[in-house]
Amino acid sequence: MSRQTLLDDIRGYFEEVPHARECGIRIDHLSAERVEMGLPFRDDWLGDPARGLIHTAVVSMLIDNASGLAALAALSGPGRVATVDLRVDYLGPARRDLELHCEARCIRLARQIVFVQASVWQNQRERPVATSQATFMRSAARRTGMAE
Amino acid sequence: MSGDIAMARRQASEQGDFTALVNAVPYARFLGLQMFMQDDRPQARLPFRPGLIGNPRVQALHGGVTAAFMENAALLHLLYRLDIARVPKSIDFSIDYLLPGRAQDLFADCEIGRIGSRVAQITVRCWQSAPSRPVATARLHVLLAPTA
Repeated sequence: MSRQTLLDDIRGYFEEVPHARECGIRIDHLSAERVEMGLPFRDDWLGDPARGLIHTAVVSMLIDNASGLAALAALSGPGRVATVDLRVDYLGPARRDLELHCEARCIRLARQIVFVQASVWQNQRERPVATSQATFMRSAARRTGMAE
Repeated sequence: MSGDIAMARRQASEQGDFTALVNAVPYARFLGLQMFMQDDRPQARLPFRPGLIGNPRVQALHGGVTAAFMENAALLHLLYRLDIARVPKSIDFSIDYLLPGRAQDLFADCEIGRIGSRVAQITVRCWQSAPSRPVATARLHVLLAPTA
């Protein structure tokens, strides 16, 4: 399977993920090296409406999507990954009315484990609202996918 | 707004009705999170719906949904237990995935590990078929009294 076919397969898989569709998550970049996603603002994303802050759990949900896809994209062929753990540091508040952007990169593809780092920002990439570290377990599978 | 939260907390503690407390957090309401008392402890529940699926090929629950549900359960637990006027701010969040999430309801209960003057630590246990078989455990730190 060529790299491009693999990436097309991963994109096709993601477009079928019901929860990502429900939230309106968009893939802005997809390559073996990195994944970038965008999440348009909705009032549903608020965690503290009085202060106009987006819920930190929305940030984590976006990170989970981007990190999982980055792990799949880093594999050399079709396969599955299952999330082992995810840790997120909320560096600053995410404000209402602005999109969230997430970039995830595989920092190490080991024989059984994939390590992925990600960051989330709103209008300035250099000023992240969150950074994260995730670990995935690889499993042999003929079809692309997350967590069996 | 802060008065609303105090009123919602009273409704929860006096009548066991958490609706107003959950509705104070739009993202918790979006997910469909519910809270109720179980053996004198607040317990959170996320009724299953197809929009929460993360992998349609194996009908697995979205890992990001499990994480978001657990962080929301922890924040609502703190809103219920502590006399605070606003939703506490998460500082960091860490989740370990123990079992694949099935297309079923999620349940969670929380334990406050530490409450300082500024920071609280809380752990969350999440299960589906039986409390003794957790699908994930998580912990977070929150800021109780932001200085700015």
